[in-house]
Amino acid sequence: MNTKAWRRTLLGAAMAGVLLLSASCRKQAASATSVFPEASEAAGWTKSGETRAFAGDELSSYIDGDAEKYLKAGFRSVSTADYKFKEQTQATVDVYTMTTAEAAKTIFESEPAGNAQNAALGDAARLYSQSLVFRKGPYLVRIVAYQESPGLPQAMVDLGHIMEPKLSR
Amino acid sequence: MNQQSGAGKNRRDFLKDCVTGALVAGAAKVALPDAAAGELAGGKSKVVIARDAMLYGSSSTPDSGRVQKLLDHALQSFFDTSDPVAPLKKLVRPGEVVGLKVNTIAGPGLSTHVTLVEAICERLKQAGVKPENIVVWDRTNEELERAGFKLSNTGSGVRVLGTNSKDVGYDEQELSFGSVTTRLSKLLTRTCGCMINLPILKNHGGAGVTLAMKNMYGVNHNPDRLHANNCCPYVADLNMLPPIKGKFRLVIADAMTGCYEGGPGFRPQYAWKYNGLLVASDPVAIDYTAWQIIDRKRAEQGLKPLAESGTPPKYIAVAADPQHRLGTDDPKRIALMEV
Repeated sequence: MNTKAWRRTLLGAAMAGVLLLSASCRKQAASATSVFPEASEAAGWTKSGETRAFAGDELSSYIDGDAEKYLKAGFRSVSTADYKFKEQTQATVDVYTMTTAEAAKTIFESEPAGNAQNAALGDAARLYSQSLVFRKGPYLVRIVAYQESPGLPQAMVDLGHIMEPKLSR
Repeated sequence: MNQQSGAGKNRRDFLKDCVTGALVAGAAKVALPDAAAGELAGGKSKVVIARDAMLYGSSSTPDSGRVQKLLDHALQSFFDTSDPVAPLKKLVRPGEVVGLKVNTIAGPGLSTHVTLVEAICERLKQAGVKPENIVVWDRTNEELERAGFKLSNTGSGVRVLGTNSKDVGYDEQELSFGSVTTRLSKLLTRTCGCMINLPILKNHGGAGVTLAMKNMYGVNHNPDRLHANNCCPYVADLNMLPPIKGKFRLVIADAMTGCYEGGPGFRPQYAWKYNGLLVASDPVAIDYTAWQIIDRKRAEQGLKPLAESGTPPKYIAVAADPQHRLGTDDPKRIALMEV
């Protein structure tokens, strides 16, 4: 095979690789997108906005400087949606799809536990008065509420329980 | 510039030792209306911290009346006057369009409060600025809306819009300084004649601290390229670009809720009610002050200082170095007033 033929073969292989990777990312993002519960699934919770997704380097346009940490650990995509709890409390649910379970663990462990309570969710979980973080395989789920509300911690755990089985390993 | 040079005690004692307003009033010069920052010949850079322990009361949102009073108190202390409106007449020249650069990337939990922006708009209008000459802006319409702002770009009222609005965008012309080559929002370069910076008191996973200078990552088209090496020297270099250095005249930092870890996004478990506003015209001095506040809170929570946590805010020292001179990070040259 001459040099030109080799270049064509390598270029073709590279393009095929890119297409496969892209398809894989889309599949992961789609999989993460479908985990967001609708109103009928989660008592008290209403999805109040469209699901948005950010892949690869787009992450910084969503979480600014925090993106470096995720990219360094191994990041594929994040899907995010806004919710309301009991029609009043605003919240955001993020589902990060990392490259490996170890990458998800790296992010989870990088955050000080502080006064977290344990919650029986996924591989590990931390529950606070206004947020819940848990990881399962390569997924890291973060629920953040913008106000405190009676019953909110348990409601976040309930929401997490609905999402957890939908996160395929 | 001092923080690499054994001034640890000064830093630690900076907030503890700060004196009350009466002692420093008049000792610090305020650069108005032309100077962007605190290159103050022979004087100190003044930083005011105004706080109100009852700002939130029992609510999850600050009381608008108390926010207005706190703003007035902060401005009066900073400008050393009993009239919070008079200094704004000097800050904004007649007919000038004034931009209020907010910070809304973290959503409703940790963005510039709408109540603060409304309070500033009220005082600007009383200072003779026409409502349509006030532009509240940030990167995107979506982020502004999520933070609670109502978009408006028509009629005779205050304009609220993002750089991604139709017919806005970024300048075609690239500007460079040092490590930074970028294009700036047309809202900064073309629409507004002067700017008031309204950042948030936040930790930042890369830069360590984000307040005045780091808020400029919301005015350029490629902030994603400026995060390596703790955002250093990118933050300092970006702030050297003439439209930024020349148009930003005042910083009023929203420190009603702060974040000492996990930033710049909103992590409620690491957020706390600081109940304050910080005012300065020197972006380096106010960023240095923010650093001390965040490190003090981290110590209270049993966390290591930022410098020992892999996120030293080293861009602050660079901003003060002879190549930048954007202000001072020397606590001996900062006149800190807690009121």
